[in-house]
Amino acid sequence: MLKTLRQIGSIGIVTEPAPAPDEGLREREALRAELRAVLGRALCIRHVDAGSCNGCELEIHALNNPLYNLEGLGIRFVASPRHADLLLVTGPVSRHMEAALIRTYEATPAPKLVVAIGDCGCSGGVFGESYASCGRVANVIPVDVAVPGCPPNPTRILAGILAAVTGSRAAGGRR
Amino acid sequence: MPLRRWFARAQPQPGAPGLRSLAVTAEEWRSVMEDLRAAGGRLLTLWASSEAECAAVRAAALLDTAGLIVSLPVTTADASYPAVDDLFPAASRMQRALRDLSGLRASDADGRPWLRHSAWPEAFRPLIDEAAPAGNAALLDRYDFVRVEGDGVHEIAVGPVHAGTIEPGHFRFSVVGEKVLRLEERLGYVHKGIERRFAQLPILEAHRLAARVSGDSAVAFSWAYAQALEGLAAVEIPPRAVWLRASCLELERLANHLGDLGALGNDAGFAFGLTQFSRLKELLLRAVQGALGARYLMDAVVPGGMGCDLDARGAGELRALLREVSRETAKLRSIYDEHEGLRDRFAGAGAVSPELAAQLGLTGLAGRASGQAFDLRIDLPCAPYTELAPVKCGRREGDVAARVAVRFDELQESCRLLEELLHRLPPGAHRTQLREPPAGLMGLGLIEGWRGPVCIALETGTAGTIHRCHPHDPSWQNWPVLEHAVIGNIVPDFPLINKSFNLSYSGHDL
Repeated sequence: MLKTLRQIGSIGIVTEPAPAPDEGLREREALRAELRAVLGRALCIRHVDAGSCNGCELEIHALNNPLYNLEGLGIRFVASPRHADLLLVTGPVSRHMEAALIRTYEATPAPKLVVAIGDCGCSGGVFGESYASCGRVANVIPVDVAVPGCPPNPTRILAGILAAVTGSRAAGGRR
Repeated sequence: MPLRRWFARAQPQPGAPGLRSLAVTAEEWRSVMEDLRAAGGRLLTLWASSEAECAAVRAAALLDTAGLIVSLPVTTADASYPAVDDLFPAASRMQRALRDLSGLRASDADGRPWLRHSAWPEAFRPLIDEAAPAGNAALLDRYDFVRVEGDGVHEIAVGPVHAGTIEPGHFRFSVVGEKVLRLEERLGYVHKGIERRFAQLPILEAHRLAARVSGDSAVAFSWAYAQALEGLAAVEIPPRAVWLRASCLELERLANHLGDLGALGNDAGFAFGLTQFSRLKELLLRAVQGALGARYLMDAVVPGGMGCDLDARGAGELRALLREVSRETAKLRSIYDEHEGLRDRFAGAGAVSPELAAQLGLTGLAGRASGQAFDLRIDLPCAPYTELAPVKCGRREGDVAARVAVRFDELQESCRLLEELLHRLPPGAHRTQLREPPAGLMGLGLIEGWRGPVCIALETGTAGTIHRCHPHDPSWQNWPVLEHAVIGNIVPDFPLINKSFNLSYSGHDL
């Protein structure tokens, strides 16, 4: 126990400041300003891997490391879409995940923001559209913000998530 | 010594070292597979292709210090071939996938589809038929799970969308109270047509797709692809590129082991472990970005060499960080070892005995934790491992604790290897020109990724096209063993046991 405490003390707080929301990533405007003021950054996210190679998942995991410290911003991942404000969707949507993704979307309460992550989520990527792949996420459910990259780094993902909730008119929503 | 006879008849196989290739008749197929099994051989992969006039089934098997690729032309009227899952249990799902994708049927075998759910009709063979069927509505899959019946037995269905940030798959538990009587996996949810896609890409560009078969093993898959292609083109790549590839592969192993060690602590209720290890992993990724230009090396390995180089400053910074990672990990290991809560959760959970592991063909990291002491870097080494003398890490207990211990050991060994790799990095070019190889050849790449042996079988078409490319992830072997590992454990231990294997869905579903 003493060793554990000493280790915690010696590393200290390593969390870095969050990036600004990136408005360039926005695909559509789904939230009214007053709703944003309520949500602010207290946000619950449900991640759905709809066919990813698992590269984007590695960077989504990194959001929870102490340097990005997502929970410190009031944003957390939840276990059910029914608890979620936002869906973070990775991958080209495989045909075999199409129904599961639609059902997850339907289970999410409004305003159900959707952020598509990675080149595959944005365009289908190297996998494209085929007998087994529906291509980009927007081919299956409406997408608010799309974050390209293979995989996009955690700062880019966070800038995309923040763009989905804060928006250009709600700069006051920032802490 | 019947096996010696087969090897004597076999031809050298381009690609990874130590492999030979053998064409057999329908009468010989079973007998060579039986001889391989009797000699302690392990099935590496099984796939279908086509030759001049007919379809063909190919199997690759590994012995202690050699490998054999066996090809069987399939000319039967009902497109069937003799099953081998009685000899190699891991073949069962491969046979089912082979039928789903190529239409060839293993006789006397499980007839249920495996990778095919409801997205395409049974008559459509994705790797054979040109025209893809029009997309049918997103129907839900019907699948015959094996039912367990008896007093108080009930089922828990989990997935495909899981509660955490992980890939999708379905688990069907049959339980009494908390105790798991049986687990049946249903995979294939992230099947996105990778093998068909390969055949649409130019052979000199498809390494990008190979790197995305399983993103956490990007270097292993892209190196295996490049190794197969370079073997076919008979090109020697510059020594600097070879050493850089090994450096990238070890960095990939380190990043994954750091991530897993943190997640394993967390799954046992020790959040401190996740915080500490995810910090180290982040520092490592940033150093890799600074030195090689990307946090994850998706496009570092290219045919003919490397797509990036490393300068002296980058190498120096990387080495300094690796020493810190090694030092910090040693401290964290002693904390893990002394933590009673962790010891209690890790020891005995999800145990796979060495006998069961050998019987089922458990491979890679999980295999080494269950007494299956095989590591391509040592047993069938390609350059530069031939000059490095890596140390094989292993345990025999086969439980979560053993898989944690192997990760700790391998992590330190990778740090040691990287110190040597970066220190002795040969000067010179990091890439050479590569011409398209002639048509009608097959190359086989084989690399020990962090999870286990990663394999790419690459067959050339005319004018720089791909006739067939089959990628194989070691998760194929290990997913079925997970079903055995959880028997008799309690349901709440499943996430921990699952994490200790950390298998790929994407690399398996293709």
